[in-house]
Amino acid sequence: MLFDIHHLFFCYQEKKIIDDLSLSLEPGKFYGVIGPNGCGKTTFPDLISKQRSPAASGEIIYKGKPISRYSKKALSKEIALVPQNFYINFPFTAKEIVMMGRYPYIPRFSAPSSADLAYVEKIMDATGTSEFEHRLITELSWGERQRVVFARALVQDTPVLILDEATSNFDIRHTIRMLNIVTQGAREAGKTVIAVFQDINMAAIWCDDLIFMKNGKIIAHGPTKTVLDADIIRTVFDVDAKVCFEAYAGAKQVVFRSEP
Amino acid sequence: MDKNRIWQATGIQLLLLSVILCGIVVVSTGMGYIKLPFTDVVKIIIAKISGHSAMLRELDELFPVIVMEVRLPRILTAAIVGGGLAVSGAVFQVILLNPLADPYTLGAAFGASLALLFNITILGVYTIPAFAFMESVCTLAFVIALSSDRVSLDGGLSSGNLILSGIIVAAILSAGLSFLKYIADEQVAIIIFWLMGSFASKTWTDVTLTLLFVCGGFSVSLFFARDMNLMSLGDRSAASLGVDTRKVTLILLVTASLVAAVCVSVSGIIGFVGLLVPHMMRSLTGPDNQRLLPVALLAGGILLLSADTITRAVLPTEIPIGVLTALIGGPFFCYIFRKRQMTGQRG
Repeated sequence: MLFDIHHLFFCYQEKKIIDDLSLSLEPGKFYGVIGPNGCGKTTFPDLISKQRSPAASGEIIYKGKPISRYSKKALSKEIALVPQNFYINFPFTAKEIVMMGRYPYIPRFSAPSSADLAYVEKIMDATGTSEFEHRLITELSWGERQRVVFARALVQDTPVLILDEATSNFDIRHTIRMLNIVTQGAREAGKTVIAVFQDINMAAIWCDDLIFMKNGKIIAHGPTKTVLDADIIRTVFDVDAKVCFEAYAGAKQVVFRSEP
Repeated sequence: MDKNRIWQATGIQLLLLSVILCGIVVVSTGMGYIKLPFTDVVKIIIAKISGHSAMLRELDELFPVIVMEVRLPRILTAAIVGGGLAVSGAVFQVILLNPLADPYTLGAAFGASLALLFNITILGVYTIPAFAFMESVCTLAFVIALSSDRVSLDGGLSSGNLILSGIIVAAILSAGLSFLKYIADEQVAIIIFWLMGSFASKTWTDVTLTLLFVCGGFSVSLFFARDMNLMSLGDRSAASLGVDTRKVTLILLVTASLVAAVCVSVSGIIGFVGLLVPHMMRSLTGPDNQRLLPVALLAGGILLLSADTITRAVLPTEIPIGVLTALIGGPFFCYIFRKRQMTGQRG
């Protein structure tokens, strides 16, 4: 197992955000985390990437060792994160930002090697960020900025990639493009992707497994094919929906209707 | 590769700035009530460094005293303090994720000066700047606590909140300063002059003290320059790229406050250098702190030394340096603030 999480709790200002969560994650899979607002689905990836330390109790084992025993430096070569919100107030160029993804591998006062530069260029071509590589990040649109941050996480070249609603600012073309790149990484390089989704249908198309969360607990977890149905949507979101296999998407899809 | 070209450009900038700084040091040493030819100034400096006093034989014997005991200490202190304020401002701007932060707008300078005046007037001693440092750190911590909201965990501190908190805290501290002035009686003129900033009658002790702290602070900042680049993208991004943000933030805050406190303790309150210089230099070097910090250090030295030379040797009567920098820096601050409002940048 890549991640073994036992009885994880997390409180913020007296409120239980994560409530007795236990979960095991396998390497090489694309996991989708789905749940209503405030269910802890953003805190969860923060905890497993050691952005916050769990309060009181709980254990997160990554590759057989508690996550708390990894240094920040070591962890930056293991887990990359694409945050949902980010602010960049300083006018770096897009390429400089992407290059920062290689910093964990480059000694403090060294210049990037030609291999680093080649890798950055490859990722920037794949993500379509090379077309504005010399422009300032502060002048780009939000969608373009998020693509740059996405590219930076890919450049980190880690076994685990965490996406926290990372496609929220993308148009549909770039959403598909980015998710395809990520899926390819999971299939070919055995990388693990843990992605928080707002859009259930997007998650259903790309994810191997879905994790449904509500009130800090995991309600259901399993392969997308089996776990996604109308019952779980009703349980988690409290809305009625129809779930059926859609041949064009090659996956189950959820459709909704207005209240009669 | 374009990366190399950027570094080449930075190298040229650094070389150019160093030459300008040395040039201004020599030129301004010659300027003043008694005008000295520049060749004599160079001769005196070389003679003192190399120990060949024979070179000074044909000069007026007053000249070496003017240069070595009166002018050079003041000039070097001004340059070092300028560099220190610029570096400290650049560091504040990055760790607070806010291009408008500096020791002056954050009230830290007021904290340091309050502590120092307290020392001078109440305790009657001129202590080492440890007290000033503690006070400036406390002020800073208070301003940051006052301006931070819980919602934006990742977005840094907004300019509006930060500056407002700085003003509030500075107002409280100013009341303290006024009270000290009130009870200081005949010392009040010295206090007022000192508060407005001055490099008059600086000694080699001041030069050594500032040089030590500014060099130390600069080295620490430069060591963490790359981490600062990552931190300017927000704590969450920096942490996921391997920076121990809490530790680095703490080290840098302490470093920048210490440098600012030492500068204030030597020269009084000199505003806007820490804001102005990193801002101007960032448009020259880009926001990469590995390039920005050395350039800002030299540019800060040049700026403050030029300003000090203007008040000392160009204007008919000496006006306090703090007044001059505020006169130049204030409008510039308005311009930056307005520009950010117009472009709709957050913060």
